[in-house]
Amino acid sequence: MIKIDNLHKNFEKLEVLKGINTGIKEGEVVAIIGPSGSGKSTLLRCINLLEQPTEGSIWINGEEITSKKTNILKVRAKVGMVFQHFHLFPHKTVLQNLTYAPIKVKGLTKKEAEGKGRDLLQRVGLAEKADEYPSRLSGGQKQRVAIARALAMDPEVMLFDEPTSALDPEMVKEVLEVMKSLAHTGMTMAIVTHEMGFAREVADRVLFLDGGQLVEDAKPSEFFSSPKTQRAKDFLEKIL
Amino acid sequence: MNLDFSRVTPSLPYILEGIYITLQVVALAALLGFALGIILSLFKISSIKPLNWLADFYTSIFRGTPLVLQLMLIYFGSPQVFGIQIEPFTAAFLSFGLNSAAYISEIIRAGILAVDKGQKEAAVALGVPYRKMMTDIILPQAMKNILPALMNEMITLTKESAVVTIIGLNDIMRRAYIVGGQSYRFFEPILIAGLVYYVLVMILTIAGKLVERRMRRSD
Ligand SMILES: Nc1ncnc2c1ncn2[C@@H]1O[C@H](COP(=O)(O)OP(=O)(O)O)[C@@H](O)[C@H]1O
Ligand SMILES: [Mg+2]
Repeated sequence: MIKIDNLHKNFEKLEVLKGINTGIKEGEVVAIIGPSGSGKSTLLRCINLLEQPTEGSIWINGEEITSKKTNILKVRAKVGMVFQHFHLFPHKTVLQNLTYAPIKVKGLTKKEAEGKGRDLLQRVGLAEKADEYPSRLSGGQKQRVAIARALAMDPEVMLFDEPTSALDPEMVKEVLEVMKSLAHTGMTMAIVTHEMGFAREVADRVLFLDGGQLVEDAKPSEFFSSPKTQRAKDFLEKIL
Repeated sequence: MNLDFSRVTPSLPYILEGIYITLQVVALAALLGFALGIILSLFKISSIKPLNWLADFYTSIFRGTPLVLQLMLIYFGSPQVFGIQIEPFTAAFLSFGLNSAAYISEIIRAGILAVDKGQKEAAVALGVPYRKMMTDIILPQAMKNILPALMNEMITLTKESAVVTIIGLNDIMRRAYIVGGQSYRFFEPILIAGLVYYVLVMILTIAGKLVERRMRRSD
């Protein structure tokens, strides 16, 4: 469903992605791991065009989103993104965070959007927080709201950029549980994470990035027990 | 010190009526300054270079010359530029509004830049178009940051508005001055004018604090 072909991204002179070739199938959960600065975030951000690729192309469901003719806003509306630092809208209530884009971007009525928003809050276990402001929530709750906000747009794929890295340890689990249940619904997901246990358990594939290159692409069981490259071995040694 | 308010007291209502004029000038100037200030601030953060230049040039002109000069240029220059003599009142709120826009645009620009970059990213990632993102997400948060600075600008405006005396607009200041001339005592009427400005500024300050508190509710 997603195809990435010879993707390059430069920031000025800095070559951050050096020709990535890969794909994600419908319903597949892909964990993207690698050292800090290896280009994981940049890769995700290219998939919803938060960054414009310097070279190469990306297809989502047969549409080349990197072509000049694409409506960038439409692409972003169907690709959900969850950030490390949540980025909830602080001046809107939890429910308004969920209904804003569906109303303003997809043209849902307030009633439709709120019905849907409440369903989603139920799903992430925060139904009773609908009318709170984000500042009243814990980190884990904020991230669950952020996931629900992205889901409210009915995305075809969900991107997660280190969704649990900014959380206190005791809140990591609640967010991972929500992501796990989302994976079970058949959502296509790309997750940048340092949670190796989660990657091993939930992901269908692991992509290992290093220095802007896709160094390994393997099943979690294979990758974690017998990485093929020295770079992956070194990385796993450091973090496990 | 001998203070004698008895000769000024009959003229007190006359001076106080000036409040109405002063407030009208300030309110219209603030509206104009705010509306134009938002537009200029959007120009300043725009990725279109000529818009940056235009807004920066505008700001430098209005910050780089005295306010009283701008007022006189607009008032005395209007027959030559527009072919009509505009009213002192019009000249007053126009010049204050245009001047204020320069300062307010800087305030708003800083306020927008102070909004967490993640807010823009989150909105963009949801497919929200630029305009809606600005009006619904970025500007409301910027406003909260800049409210104290905006209030300051309102207070400055209120006090500075006293220079409209120079083009003959009957504001608080000019009325106090006229009463002084008629009664041959300037100290008392001008003291009264001073008190009126002080009270106006205090009211603005308190109102600003109240609004600020309301807006902080969501924190
Ligand atoms: N907007 C940007 N401008 C310049 N350099 C950037 C930008 N974003 C990322 N980089 C650089 O690109 C490299 C890869 O960053 P990133 O994709 O965030 O890595 P990761 O998420 O794997 O830690 C880093 O060296 C980072 O400094
Ligand atoms: Mg990153």
